[in-house]
Amino acid sequence: MDVIDTLAGIASGSHLDTIRRTRRPTAREHAQKSYDSLFAPADFGGFTAAERHAVAVFIAGLHGQDAIKAFYAGKAGNTAAIDAEIAVATTKGPYGAFPKGPLSTEDTAGPIYRVGDKNRAAIGPRLAAAFEHVHMLVFHPRDADARSLQSLLDAGWTTTEIVTLSQLVAFLSFQIRVVAGLKVLAAKS
Amino acid sequence: MTDKTIPQSGHVVPAVFTRDMLDWLPWLEPVAADQMSERQLASLVDAARVKSDYFRLLARDPDVLEARTRTDKDIFYNADGGLPRAERELAAAATSRLNGCIYCASVHARFAATYSKRTEDVDKLLAEGTGADLDKRWNAIVAASVALTETPISFGPQHVDALRAVGLDDDAIVDVINAASFFNWANRLMLSLGEPTPAKA
Repeated sequence: MDVIDTLAGIASGSHLDTIRRTRRPTAREHAQKSYDSLFAPADFGGFTAAERHAVAVFIAGLHGQDAIKAFYAGKAGNTAAIDAEIAVATTKGPYGAFPKGPLSTEDTAGPIYRVGDKNRAAIGPRLAAAFEHVHMLVFHPRDADARSLQSLLDAGWTTTEIVTLSQLVAFLSFQIRVVAGLKVLAAKS
Repeated sequence: MTDKTIPQSGHVVPAVFTRDMLDWLPWLEPVAADQMSERQLASLVDAARVKSDYFRLLARDPDVLEARTRTDKDIFYNADGGLPRAERELAAAATSRLNGCIYCASVHARFAATYSKRTEDVDKLLAEGTGADLDKRWNAIVAASVALTETPISFGPQHVDALRAVGLDDDAIVDVINAASFFNWANRLMLSLGEPTPAKA
């Protein structure tokens, strides 16, 4: 079983296990390699294991996926401050603005999240900047601009670390959806 | 050297969804083409991607880039059973339309139109959005992609029933889940690391 099997409850030899292994073996293998490269890389660089897992806990929490959140929480240390932020930061997406023009009629308003004063010290400035960026990527990715990346640089993230952080939130957006989708399908098989 | 963002200005900003060719301008410095390590070059999978700022930026974390790319290619190009290529591309285009990724939507709307020959329906999806009435089968695939893309995820048993009712077997439904989910990965990278502009003629 790989991580997606574990999170979706796909048993070895089951109908969906067979589809994953026989029809899309390379996608199965490399979804797992993506996970391994993000959460157990040979070299973490300046983006620590604890930070990666804390961000994953926040992302899974924002999706309302408690079992996936618990999976990542094991290596995230104390998540009390993160849990408190998830409770106030959770909303519905995707929202956001389009470039000005004909699509502006489709602009949808929504909150711009900032880490609360109460938990800011416990989370720390570097992770706080990451959480604010991650919230935008989860709920309103079309609002992203170069200034969002500047906020991360200002908080001490390097360009390479920002690439990895971006991959981490984007990959989890994929993994969480695959797991949710396969769970529904498994229940209907 | 302190890292910096790259201010992009003076370019045309596409303000509608389109099947036209677009370029993409990075907000962070890609690895220079002549500075790429062997590992970074290998992580591109397709050597021609060394011309792309997007892939040379992602090559800063080569292991993740290579795994991402091989996942992508199997979901969309593996012809062993499952959903026809055109409809995998439809799921990608619908996801991109809902998230608002004009660049991704342009690429995958082109592929969907090419493989399906249903250019008018693809253009209707781009113009009207994911509520566009296409036909029963495409509506079910678009609705499933939307439900997988929303946060919280609203995909449920009714979507599986609707996909089965229009002829999809479980191999094909797994492809819908993979394709829509993968574009929730791709859209977030494309939207947050740079921006589109019309391709130079």
